[in-house]
Amino acid sequence: MGVVGEKLQPTLFERSRPGRGEGKIPHPPADALDRIPASARRATPPALPELNEPEVVRHYVNLSQLNFAIDTGFYPLGSCTMKFNPKLNEWAARLPGFASLHPLSPDEVAQGTLELLWRLEQALAEIGGMQAVTLQPAAGAQGELTGILMIRAYHRSRGDTERLDVLVPDSSHGTNPATATMAGFRTVTIPSAADGGVDVDAFRAALGPRTAAVMITNPSTLGLFEKRIGELLDAVHEAGALAYMDGANLNAIMGRFKPGEAGFDVMHFNVHKTFSTPHGGGGPGAGPVGVGEKLLPFLPSPRVLREGDGTFRLERPGERPESIGRMRSFVGNTGVLVRAYAYICAHGGSGLEQVSEDAVLAANYLKRRVGEAYEIPYDRACKHEFVASAAGMKKRTGVRTLDIAKRLIDYGFHPPTIYFPLIVEEGMLIEPTETESVETLDAFADALIAIAAEAETDPGLVTGAPHTAPVRRLDEATAARQPNLRWRPMTGRQMPCPD
Amino acid sequence: MPYGPHTEADRAKMLAALGIDAVDELFSDIPAALRATGLRLPAPEPELELSARLAALAGRNRTDLAAFLGAGVYRHWTPAAVDQILLRGEWYTAYTPYQPEVSQGTLQSIYEYESLIAELTGLDVVSASHYDGAAATAEAALMACRQTRRKRVLVSHAVHPHYRQTLATYFEAGLEFDEVPVVPDGDAAGTVDLAALERLLADPERPVAGVLAAQPNFYGLLEPMAQIGELAHAAGALFVAVVEPVSLAVLAPPGAYGADIAAGEGQPLGIAPQYGGPYLGLLACTEALVRQIPGRLVGMTTDLDGKRAYVMTLRAREQDIRRDRAASNICTNQALLALAASVYLATIGPHGLRDVAALGAVRAAELEAALAAVGAPRLHPGPYLNEFAVRVPDARAVHRRLLGLGVLGGLVLADIEPDDPALADALLVCATEVTTAEEISRFAAALEDAIGRSPVGADARSGSDGRGAGLRTTPAGVGRR
Repeated sequence: MGVVGEKLQPTLFERSRPGRGEGKIPHPPADALDRIPASARRATPPALPELNEPEVVRHYVNLSQLNFAIDTGFYPLGSCTMKFNPKLNEWAARLPGFASLHPLSPDEVAQGTLELLWRLEQALAEIGGMQAVTLQPAAGAQGELTGILMIRAYHRSRGDTERLDVLVPDSSHGTNPATATMAGFRTVTIPSAADGGVDVDAFRAALGPRTAAVMITNPSTLGLFEKRIGELLDAVHEAGALAYMDGANLNAIMGRFKPGEAGFDVMHFNVHKTFSTPHGGGGPGAGPVGVGEKLLPFLPSPRVLREGDGTFRLERPGERPESIGRMRSFVGNTGVLVRAYAYICAHGGSGLEQVSEDAVLAANYLKRRVGEAYEIPYDRACKHEFVASAAGMKKRTGVRTLDIAKRLIDYGFHPPTIYFPLIVEEGMLIEPTETESVETLDAFADALIAIAAEAETDPGLVTGAPHTAPVRRLDEATAARQPNLRWRPMTGRQMPCPD
Repeated sequence: MPYGPHTEADRAKMLAALGIDAVDELFSDIPAALRATGLRLPAPEPELELSARLAALAGRNRTDLAAFLGAGVYRHWTPAAVDQILLRGEWYTAYTPYQPEVSQGTLQSIYEYESLIAELTGLDVVSASHYDGAAATAEAALMACRQTRRKRVLVSHAVHPHYRQTLATYFEAGLEFDEVPVVPDGDAAGTVDLAALERLLADPERPVAGVLAAQPNFYGLLEPMAQIGELAHAAGALFVAVVEPVSLAVLAPPGAYGADIAAGEGQPLGIAPQYGGPYLGLLACTEALVRQIPGRLVGMTTDLDGKRAYVMTLRAREQDIRRDRAASNICTNQALLALAASVYLATIGPHGLRDVAALGAVRAAELEAALAAVGAPRLHPGPYLNEFAVRVPDARAVHRRLLGLGVLGGLVLADIEPDDPALADALLVCATEVTTAEEISRFAAALEDAIGRSPVGADARSGSDGRGAGLRTTPAGVGRR
């Protein structure tokens, strides 16, 4: 049951033949570059491949078919919220008025986009229970950095320069501690409590006059709502620190928990998760950040402002001196934000509430089904995702979670996130999302249950998987020991082209 | 709900399997005091109505202008194949190809992207992409600090202001940077002041990790990159070139003039301007720096049967493995945009890219002549590729009048650099292969009209040799062609 294409492709460079692919661009006069000094000119042209358009198209179409994608099958990759990406949004982002707009256009030229961005800010503020939102951060991780830099600016504005610690639970995304380091803080990792939640007492013990911020993902990366979040937020504020909410798991709680109203001072949104913008094998994303009252003055610039006469404009350089400044060039990943706005409007308030309800219902249903054959380490109502474990199976049969993941490929499913969070032995983080039917959920559970049986009766079948993918398991050790990171003609002799 | 599959019967089936009556029970772990009571947002908008409203919003942006605005983002012609490939849903995968066996399409496309950018930059290691040119530049500066274990970088004042501002934000947490001024006048006006650079590098108390300069620079001028690099290296610093990728078809690549790192904005490679992004942060470095480069790297390897295959590699630099000791917090990159750039390069090929760059230069020379003829001479005398600054009296007012005449007359430099007196009353304009002769005439005619209606401009045009009130003395050679 192959789920992806089988035609491995030679590289663009191997397909190249000198003289192919001319004729798209008119030739400039021969003296076109005469006024460029020779010292600044390129001596030899870059050795880019020469191909004609049909070859390029065939190359990329065949390559695309080697991918498992959300448009080809069920993709329950925990923490990634692989929901359907509505096609309307792709159409909208390509409307010439949006797509061709230069980011330094005068405000009067850009009123349509500015209005859209302003309305998106309002909607996100409502969803997050925040006072205001910046759309500038390019991704969730950059949103985290934005938030932590604002927290730093906040403490400094109060003359409080001794706060150098950021507390994170051990179940957090790796971006949280990495962000704290980038912002010049020291990360203090707090172990989780036995029930998988944050250990409020351990946090309380670690909080103090040196704590700048606490970063919490809620629901947690185990898919569990932090029941003691109120106590924790109180303790954080009593200590004079601020609370950051990693919004990666917002898909579970829209309309039921608003981080800002609950006491979080700042949060980021992953529009490429909750609001369906396509991930594309690595991006693009966008990571808008919402803030409460305390951090308002520090928002990055420029913000989108609505004037009294109903027109919109960008802040001018230097207009808000307390701002932490600029996180990137221009306004933000506007093309991504157009898609997110379309998604939010198509759903409306009631639709977004339904999204979260269905995502949580589907996850709990799937957890119940998967629990027929696997351990569920934290067996209480989950939110949009849950962790299952194959620790017992590994002990009995030697089959590991990695093997189960590879075997799922043979059954036509994308594997869940495995070995994350790090605190669960042989863990699988499974997130079905709200756009998958009950039939799909059942088929996936049936596959996992069948693999559990195979592990007992024919473990080699599982440990040798995948059997139907275009390639088998990879030699990652050699890839790291002798990195081959770019094409060179000799590569073709060492590693012959597959076709 | 527009995209959900669940019927009431489906929901009932799931609830029954869970032994509960209502989905509310699954949310009972949210403390009552902290529960929200729904979203105050408009009602769902059916696609039929939403699509019309979105089209109307898009229509409120003006796309009818003859546009000469560049300043880091450029209008180019893109082969239709690029977007057709990008629209294929098979590319819409998770942002980490955790399962290489079913991600070979994405992985090979990233490997090919790395190879293509390596050819363009002359540097061997290329990251799978960063957010944009500004973030890539900031990451390059951080790389230099990690590699040299020094805490200070020097950045040319003629690097894009947004990149310098982003660098300032990233460096807020304990690193320092100083700006290298540009030469104020003479033949080298607007390019890096080499003597000042030498002085800034000479401070033994504050050793320099890296020197950043842009080619072409923000004013479109060509910098003496080899000399800047030599000065940087002599002081034990790395040299970071901030580059524009189309220009690399005709300009010397960073690897040829000794740059250790190249950073830049990949938008010109087949990516629409779309008001700021998503774009493509280019980041490349020498092999010596491979363990310092942040972001994902894809390498070629083999599978168990010896078949050629691709995989993410050297992952011990990354946040999900190294957490607080990672090279960066970057997680998401811009893979779809890297794909766009690759398809663009593959489709137009090396000759096409050279023609794009050379046509831009030709159109820009025509633009220079046309603007000079109506009283807007160049601000700097040095060579440029396809973008340059012109001196225009009362630039902000003139720019506004041009809009009324259907022309987006570049960028008012004082709007982006309000504190730089050298840039008062100047417009930064560019031309590319899509700029037409008709647009250039329209711009020139409109500019003549707009300047003519400016009191300062009228004075300048009536023969006082271009030195209007509030303008800097004209450097020798301005307006030559």
